[in-house]
Amino acid sequence: MAKIRRNEKREMPALNTSSLPDIIFMLLFFFMTVTSMKEVSYKVTIHNPQATELTKLEQKSLVRYIYVGTPTEEFRKQYGAETRIQLDDAFAEVGEIENYIVNERSAMAESDQGRMIVSIKADKDTRMGVISDIKQALRRAYALRISYSATQRTSY
Amino acid sequence: MAKKVPQINASSMADISFLLLIFFLVTTSMDVNSGLSRRLPAPVPPDQKVDDMKINKRNLFIVKINSANQLLVQGQEMDIRQLKEKAKEFIANENDDPYLPVVFTEVIPGLGEVRYTKDHVISVQNDVDTQYQAYLNVQNELVAAYNELREEFSQRKFHKSYADLDEDRQKLVQKVYSQRISEAEPKNYGGN
Repeated sequence: MAKIRRNEKREMPALNTSSLPDIIFMLLFFFMTVTSMKEVSYKVTIHNPQATELTKLEQKSLVRYIYVGTPTEEFRKQYGAETRIQLDDAFAEVGEIENYIVNERSAMAESDQGRMIVSIKADKDTRMGVISDIKQALRRAYALRISYSATQRTSY
Repeated sequence: MAKKVPQINASSMADISFLLLIFFLVTTSMDVNSGLSRRLPAPVPPDQKVDDMKINKRNLFIVKINSANQLLVQGQEMDIRQLKEKAKEFIANENDDPYLPVVFTEVIPGLGEVRYTKDHVISVQNDVDTQYQAYLNVQNELVAAYNELREEFSQRKFHKSYADLDEDRQKLVQKVYSQRISEAEPKNYGGN
């Protein structure tokens, strides 16, 4: 029997949102897999140089970073605008690199020690004098596998 | 009759996962760690004198970069775009040019008879004031020259791309075109 409900208010059925968390979780996992944690907070500004013959650094645990660039705005006053080196979370002098590398290497598993890679993340306008000093320090520390961090160049 | 369990309200689940998502978006970075891989030479012991290069002049390919980022390749000014071709010509020396490196003919197991210049050295010299990007450009072009030669060689010998070869064969190709880029001990060119 057809019942005529004219007086009853028509209500929208509640939208079923039970699958929403699943969708968001999927997004979350996607981002977790494709991105990487920031290693440190930069105290120097680095505009990556560009190159074409790049190789990816596969094993994160083998890689140690040296950051080279001019101090960011907030550190300008204290450290000036000259190119500085950052190791982990602090500014450092060239002379400290050798110790840093040796310490980091001795903290690694013994089987990995010979495979350590040092990635030099330097601003593209850095003068080569600084880079040469770093390279000499790395040679003295026997960290001979290095990688000049760069981004893919698309055109000249 | 079993007691009916009231349904758990899961509407806040979405909010929680959103929070997590945003947290990860903020703390992670997309940048992939890629770079130009190089190998530094072992340090020279302090008591040892830096021996003068006893390299035959024809085996040496000198690239100098000055403080204004200009290139001097084998005594000639050059644009960065020509460097790769020039380097390839030097490394391969296909026509056995007496001004280019000495070509050796050797039988390598797995490859047969190969002609290659095993004693060539590419020397990169830069000024203290050279811009990092300019230096990297030069390194990049030189590595590109090697990569292209390896690719061509692998196509010729195995009819396959170098990247598709198995590891042993890649090693063989690397042996023929081994990267011999030397970086001079830092010097101060032209005063100050």
